[in-house]
Amino acid sequence: MKIGVCVKQVPAKDAPLAIVEGGAWIRESDIGFETNEPDSFALEEALRLKEKHGGEVVAISMGPDRAKQSIKEALAKGADRGIHVSDPNFYKLDPLSSARSLAAALKDENFDLILTGLQSDDQGFGQTGVLLAELLGRPHATIIMAIEVTDNRMKLKRELEAGWFQWVELPLPAVLSIQSGINKPRYATLKGIMAAKKKEIVTVDRASLGVPDAPTQRVERIYVPQKTKKTEFITGQPKEIAAKLVEKLRHEARVL
Amino acid sequence: MKILLITEQREGKWNGVSFETLAAAQQIVQHTKGSLTGVVVGKGVAPLADQLAAYQIDEVLLVENDLLDRYTPDGYSLALRQVIESVKPDLVLLPHTYQVRDFAPKLAASMNKGMIGDCIDYRYDNGKLIFVRQMFQGRTSADVVFTAEGPWVASFQASAFRADLVTKHASGKAPVKSVAVELKPEQIRTKPLELFREAKQAVDLTSAPILVSVGRGIKAPENIALAEKLAKAMHGEICASRPICDEGWLPMDRQIGSSGQTVAPKLYLALGISGAIQHVVGMKGSRTIAAINKDQNAPIFEIADYGIVGDLFEIVPALIEEFEKTA
Repeated sequence: MKIGVCVKQVPAKDAPLAIVEGGAWIRESDIGFETNEPDSFALEEALRLKEKHGGEVVAISMGPDRAKQSIKEALAKGADRGIHVSDPNFYKLDPLSSARSLAAALKDENFDLILTGLQSDDQGFGQTGVLLAELLGRPHATIIMAIEVTDNRMKLKRELEAGWFQWVELPLPAVLSIQSGINKPRYATLKGIMAAKKKEIVTVDRASLGVPDAPTQRVERIYVPQKTKKTEFITGQPKEIAAKLVEKLRHEARVL
Repeated sequence: MKILLITEQREGKWNGVSFETLAAAQQIVQHTKGSLTGVVVGKGVAPLADQLAAYQIDEVLLVENDLLDRYTPDGYSLALRQVIESVKPDLVLLPHTYQVRDFAPKLAASMNKGMIGDCIDYRYDNGKLIFVRQMFQGRTSADVVFTAEGPWVASFQASAFRADLVTKHASGKAPVKSVAVELKPEQIRTKPLELFREAKQAVDLTSAPILVSVGRGIKAPENIALAEKLAKAMHGEICASRPICDEGWLPMDRQIGSSGQTVAPKLYLALGISGAIQHVVGMKGSRTIAAINKDQNAPIFEIADYGIVGDLFEIVPALIEEFEKTA
């Protein structure tokens, strides 16, 4: 099975976010980045499918130079090679333009299966997998909690809302968006990290892909949301805090 | 602005977020002095179309076909594209459900259009419609506008609008029109199989008046006992955000959020929960929210009535003592 897995690099979970003047984006200079957590579940699933069915796992990341680090981490965990679609201004792309770029970069790979995470922890569009399937003419399914491959078909467990699930069948080739929590992502081993150094990462300049500059939408401004509620902060030593909170819950909010 | 609202049902039962989005659509129609057409998709769903027609809406389209009996992304996209191309709306609105996530971007892309998904609000400024959505897991908001020709496709997050604010039809009932769509079995590549629930919902968190909820800040499975002790001292139930249940530290049926239960207790005490959107949609209707988190910028404080910035491992034992003392 030839499997492509899309991994995005996003600001680290605990990175302090400062918004640039004008609100175009966040200030990237002082913060750390990491692989988007939902994508690590997709990568793990790809590695497990390869271990079971043989084949190849290709890690794909679009973004500025630093995005290569997410590919390197995927290679260290066991992916075979990487494709970096390079664009220093990746954050400006709308979901459709992103997907068109990925589709253009990946179409000749003819993957049997492309996996994505559910959504990114930064922009959170949650559209890439579905769009990629449409643009490549492949069937898709999202929010996947289990994959069983037999011959040229897959049986998939989809998560629905409120505790419901559904089994669906799809033919290969296809695109799947993986639900977080489907597996326990592995850590890279020292051996894996050493082996990754010899693995190939091909960089493709996004501008060379011939994707028309045709945005469908524009982020005008990002900003810290206005509070809908006024939060009363309780301060002091733990004991004081506990006493004050209980007092307030009992006599002010009257919920105890 | 001509709006097409696509509602959602499964096995003849509404997904309630449809009515929240109806409320949003009615408000946008008022602002833009436009018109509203509702769509009900499926098979044997005429009674639902009649129910929708009782609300303030210009027309209801009933889109029925044997191949729409059970949801597939191919079937829904192909059918709704035909509806959109015949109605020619400026804006297509959908509830941001798991099902909509699964097909709406495809539907839009099949017409070479973009989608602004998971919006929490809109603004209408000087003739310009601005959609508000969250980024960075709710730590920032973003104003997003469409820049290409319509039809535009947008979806609203659960609880973004209040379903009880929908207006009933002024003169009784809107006309319901059946719309035929052409679908061939070979166009549908997904084969939907059975729907099921993993396990019986052992606990019904929706009826608990007090909930103590744990998030990543609890750090290790052995620390769950501390939160459980607090829940017991408060006569509440324990619940959690998704990562805790994914790790197996608490069972899945204790999960609050878009993939778990939606609750609105009298008191929701969030321990070490950052307040990601997926969690917040499941609990923001709580009457009183108290949150303990070490990060003063955690989005949970955006919706908390009482906030404590600090180490939950110091504060929770003090709270347990306080509750046991005054019990």
